[in-house]
Amino acid sequence: MPLPAVQESYSGRVNEVTLGGGTRKKTLTIGGAKTIVYGGDRAVTGNRPLIAIDVLDSAPQDWAPVLAEAYGNVLSDPAAWARKAVEEFGADLVCVKFDGIHPDKGNLGAAEAVAVTKKVIAAVGVPLILWGSGNDEKDNTVMPKVSEAAKGEKVLLGTVTQDNYKSLTATALADQHLLIAQAPLDINIAKQVNILVSDMGFPLESLVMFQTTGTLGYGMEYAYSIQERERLAALTGDKLMAAPVICDVGYETWRCKESKADLPQWGDAAKRGPLWEATTAVSLLQSGVDIVRMRHPAAVAVVKTYIDSVWGAK
Amino acid sequence: MALSGLEIFKLLPKTNCKKCGQPTCLAFAMALAQKKVSLDQCPDASAQARDTLAAAAAPPMRLIAFGVGEAAAKTGQETVLFRHEEKFHSPSLVAIALPDDLSADAAAAKAKAIQALAFERVGQKLPIQAVAVINKSGDAGKFAAAAELAKAACKAIILVSQNPDAVKAALAHVKDSKPLICGATDANAAAMAALAKEAKCPLVAVAADAEALAALTEKLKAAGCEDLVLCLSTTDRWAEMRGLTQVRQLALKKNFRPLGFPVIAFANEGTPEVQVTRGASLICKYAGIVVIDTVEKWALLPLLTVRQNVFTDPQKPVSVEPKLYAVGDAGPTSPLLFTTNFSLTYYTVEGDVEASRVPSWILCVDTEGTSVLTAYSGDKLNEKVVGKAMKAANVETIVKHRKLIIPGYVAVMSGKLEEETGWEIMVGPRESSIIPRYLKEVWAGQS
Repeated sequence: MPLPAVQESYSGRVNEVTLGGGTRKKTLTIGGAKTIVYGGDRAVTGNRPLIAIDVLDSAPQDWAPVLAEAYGNVLSDPAAWARKAVEEFGADLVCVKFDGIHPDKGNLGAAEAVAVTKKVIAAVGVPLILWGSGNDEKDNTVMPKVSEAAKGEKVLLGTVTQDNYKSLTATALADQHLLIAQAPLDINIAKQVNILVSDMGFPLESLVMFQTTGTLGYGMEYAYSIQERERLAALTGDKLMAAPVICDVGYETWRCKESKADLPQWGDAAKRGPLWEATTAVSLLQSGVDIVRMRHPAAVAVVKTYIDSVWGAK
Repeated sequence: MALSGLEIFKLLPKTNCKKCGQPTCLAFAMALAQKKVSLDQCPDASAQARDTLAAAAAPPMRLIAFGVGEAAAKTGQETVLFRHEEKFHSPSLVAIALPDDLSADAAAAKAKAIQALAFERVGQKLPIQAVAVINKSGDAGKFAAAAELAKAACKAIILVSQNPDAVKAALAHVKDSKPLICGATDANAAAMAALAKEAKCPLVAVAADAEALAALTEKLKAAGCEDLVLCLSTTDRWAEMRGLTQVRQLALKKNFRPLGFPVIAFANEGTPEVQVTRGASLICKYAGIVVIDTVEKWALLPLLTVRQNVFTDPQKPVSVEPKLYAVGDAGPTSPLLFTTNFSLTYYTVEGDVEASRVPSWILCVDTEGTSVLTAYSGDKLNEKVVGKAMKAANVETIVKHRKLIIPGYVAVMSGKLEEETGWEIMVGPRESSIIPRYLKEVWAGQS
């Protein structure tokens, strides 16, 4: 039976953003969707989503044993960690998370952070994400140095917020990196950050948006709906909201009770944790996400299988 | 799709007889369009007018019910493509597969395991609603035997077979449970429709794409089956997700009746991880019923939590009952913390307090289901509200000390709260995740 035509050709689209340059052995392109998720054939639904694996700048102190054990002895060696993430676990990108520079978590200085950056650049050929600690003051002193050490690599640098964007935006401009604009589960603030950043002359086409992700059971649906609304805004022609989207699934998952707690009524915790992370990632993909940051290799494997099954193996 | 006043007017007798109480037929039509009156008030309305209006008033996606009594289940009647537009109405039914090639013992054990599954998270029950008997053996007798065993699961039953003889044999055992029959294909449509009609059971239409499905539902409707569910039988995962989205768009945006039914989807192959992640995507993208195979609790919990999250009403913050909660073996010397009754806030705090292993009291204050900062800036959280909650919960008689730990984000209210209550105010951490450290170091250190 012939079907009525469902519209949906839209006036706008999600920007296509290419990550990686300089010494990277490959570049990766994200975004590009001209319709809603599954709103048409593969030609109009954009590039396949990518997985970034977190590499911390200093050995994590509070990781759940199930997570830490999956990495064995590389957790205090960011270069080895990054290699393992790419070669063994199949990460599309590596996200170096500079937790160690946070005043409460080691208070490392710029010299250490730059050293980590250089080591990871040398260790792997995939495009990189370099993500600050969340402490504004410390990020503003350290991240510009980190950015400079990666000059030319066209990394994704994060994050700028409504209250703290000037220093990192100027740095990203100078070093020709891409930038992550962060908002606290609020689509209006997301737009506001993008306006502030573009007012400084930063090209909107080089932005990626980040809504502080909630894991499954802890507000996942808030991020989910905001990301759906961001996609619709981009499609209806709002150029300020046309940036691709990144989620932080690993960190959020591994601090919730369901991923760790030994509760018999919820079954084997060692299997539940990784699946909690994978299920969060796959659910968020349904809302239109371009990069998911993840941690447990078993979860990464499950999400890769899912992405391959729907988007086709690479 | 709703008719306009003028479209309705064309269906009326146009006699302006005033029997309906309106001055003219046009006025009556306008009132009808606004749903202020009912067509019954017009004594001269034609049968055609009644049919047309009834059809226009029908929801764009039909509500389908199966199962009986405690096991009654329903799906359908969704109204939007995106949950932020309104909300998703009928939480996806989760069904667990019972293949008929299991031994009788294994099948009985699985049915019992399904019956025993019970999950609860953040104060809400997360049910498994159905058992899907699958005719893997291809044998009618085995299928009927498995259907009989499935009764022990005490769930709604789905009969999955495209062999009319097998379905007939199974119906002889479980007809009274009003199973969902899955289902009819272009090849077996007449036989399946006859079985479904006779047993008064809803029927699944199975076809490879939306176009073929639409043709099949018309055929089944012509054969007298109105209660239909759709199933896309493609193994191409992109085509499946695309098809599910297309069906939802056509049903809701185009009011395309041949596809105005809920969808069942199967994710019962592969490892539990593969089933659950696929199941999660199907719950997000429009499957009203999801069939999986695993009974592993660690696998089911995340799947059921996806449903819980996605089907939350985005307009209504989920709240918990405001009262005093004991975490662990709390007693008169245990710390007392307060937080708000926004579900996410409360359960995050509760989880972290639990993780500290310090028995504690959490006073859950009624902030109309808003978070700490939102409540404070909206003046739903102030010293009076907290004071009142303390009195209502009788905290003075429950703890011996006079110390209240408050969320770090509202440190600014310490002074006024101390004045209001006379209690010593201790400012807790801003982030809930720091609570374990706070209780172990700061609280334990001061007493």
